Amino acid sequence: MANRAVGAHPLTSPELAVGPKLTSKPPEKPESRIKDSGSQWADRIFQYAMLACGLTVLFLVCLIVYELTTKGTLARQAFGWKFFFQTDWDPVNEQFGALSFVYGTIVSSLLALLIAVPLAVGVAVFITEMSPQWLRTPLSFTTELLAAIPSVIYGLWAIFVLVPLLRRSVQPWLARYLGWTGLFAGPPYGIGMLAAGVILAIMIIPIISSITREVMTAVPQQQREAVLALGATRWEMIRMGVLRNARAGILGGGILGLGRALGETMAVTMVIGNRAEIAKSLFAPGYTMASVIANEFSEATGDLYLSSLVQVGLALFLVTIVVNVLAQLLVWSVTRGIPARSRA
Amino acid sequence: MATQADRADLRVSLRRRGIDLLSTLAAGGAVVLVLLPLCAVFGYLIYSGIGSLNWAFLTQTPKPVGEAGGGMANAIAGSVLILLIASILGVPVGIGAGIYLAEYARGRFGDIIRFTADILNGVPSIVIGIVAYGIVVLRQRHFSALAGGVALAIMMVPTITRATEEMLLLVPTTVREAAYGLGVSRWRTTLSITLRTATSGVITGVMLAFARIAGETAPLLFTAFGNTYWNWNVNQPTAALPLQIFVYAISPFDEWHRQAWAGALVLIVLIVISVSAVRIAAGRGMLKGTS
Repeated sequence: MANRAVGAHPLTSPELAVGPKLTSKPPEKPESRIKDSGSQWADRIFQYAMLACGLTVLFLVCLIVYELTTKGTLARQAFGWKFFFQTDWDPVNEQFGALSFVYGTIVSSLLALLIAVPLAVGVAVFITEMSPQWLRTPLSFTTELLAAIPSVIYGLWAIFVLVPLLRRSVQPWLARYLGWTGLFAGPPYGIGMLAAGVILAIMIIPIISSITREVMTAVPQQQREAVLALGATRWEMIRMGVLRNARAGILGGGILGLGRALGETMAVTMVIGNRAEIAKSLFAPGYTMASVIANEFSEATGDLYLSSLVQVGLALFLVTIVVNVLAQLLVWSVTRGIPARSRA
Repeated sequence: MATQADRADLRVSLRRRGIDLLSTLAAGGAVVLVLLPLCAVFGYLIYSGIGSLNWAFLTQTPKPVGEAGGGMANAIAGSVLILLIASILGVPVGIGAGIYLAEYARGRFGDIIRFTADILNGVPSIVIGIVAYGIVVLRQRHFSALAGGVALAIMMVPTITRATEEMLLLVPTTVREAAYGLGVSRWRTTLSITLRTATSGVITGVMLAFARIAGETAPLLFTAFGNTYWNWNVNQPTAALPLQIFVYAISPFDEWHRQAWAGALVLIVLIVISVSAVRIAAGRGMLKGTS
């Protein structure tokens, strides 16, 4: 294809390459100019088409903001900021407050982070610093595979495997030894905040560990060698030479995982119990912002009900954007060679 | 005195070695703990899925509650339809935006688009569902496959854009310059030389986006909505495999639970097959292009 285009071009035709003939063939000139302007047009059209695609991305984000803000107006006018500080969610009497959903989202996501970050960092440390060379690729491939499983399949697995496991073995154990904290009190249903936190943790481990891995590889080899030369053991090298330098990036990975956890819908909806309550115990059922939209949006009767759900969506959107941008900046601060201001 | 100091030294070094060993064990333990759920998920998926998978499942529509048998054929077809719509809408825009970022965007404006693509990538899928509901379902006044396709297309765009940009930037400038030097116009160079060179990377990006949306359920809940019958009309509510899995999984019926597992297995297998099929086809195309 490319060859034909080249051959047709006047500059490469053999007649023009020979000096004297150049002046003796003026009639060719207008024709070639037409051709040139034709390809210029094509160039311009192509450029504008690509620009349009680029602008579509911009347009989509604006569209999301527009749709969410206009459709949520009704709820904003009716409840204002109070909306996020009230717990009663009563479609029958048209009273809507999102506090219990906000609470559920935050608690389940933080719980997931608490479980996922140590494990993910452990995996990243093992893969980049400890594992034998031949094991590296298969290990990182398998952990990445965890990210490829659809959310609904995690939910399915959680309902039939994880929840019974929690109910039968983990929760009674937690209640016996840590029941005094009040966090693990009440009847062990299996379904509830704890199950949501665990399944979320499994789902966000791959993203956190792959970011951590990326940041750790960005730490210069000399750092490791310098620490080792001082007589450090491998762990001391990892702690002082690698983890300390990669701290900001690991934090960024964690926050990126938080962003995923906040917006995760299906698996959480399937195991959290879907009850709009705020309970201290992690065994108790809860409800998240994403779950309430998933469960009630298509059945919402009445404009105020729908508008309240959109308002929940808007809050979720804004929070995830802030979280993601923050995470991105932190990761960039390590991988782009900007000195991270984290050395204590 | 000297022996005492030596002993203290030894104790310190023993402690340090002990900590080193512990850290290795802890990291190894973390790997095992992370791989455990992966194996458990796949193990259960294959074990429970194969047990409930049969010919009827792949060829019949759902039976009413209480009747044995039936399948998810219409949901599989619905998923194909929705994914087709999403790919037709999302892939060209994503690749185009990627080309724009890599080949044309200069300075601030390019950064803004790059940044918005990253933002779009992080938007929760359920929120995108709300938007698709607003722009398609409310206009049409009913749920439809088209609305589901639009929602998934929006999710595809940013992933493809960033992957395309990254792959195009890997193509050396000299390749472009060689084409310009031969008098090839810019658009021609971009399409037949630069994009051609980066094909396999771009396709990987597209397939990543595809795999990601193929299992998406949340945005389909109130766009495609689901349907217990066959439907090939893009303007009608349509069943989708992930939706059907969700509905069956949270139902109280054992028969439906079995079908949910079978559906999950089919979903994973379909994703793997479509991803590898496209990669193999693209690999062949690439060979032809270079020879």
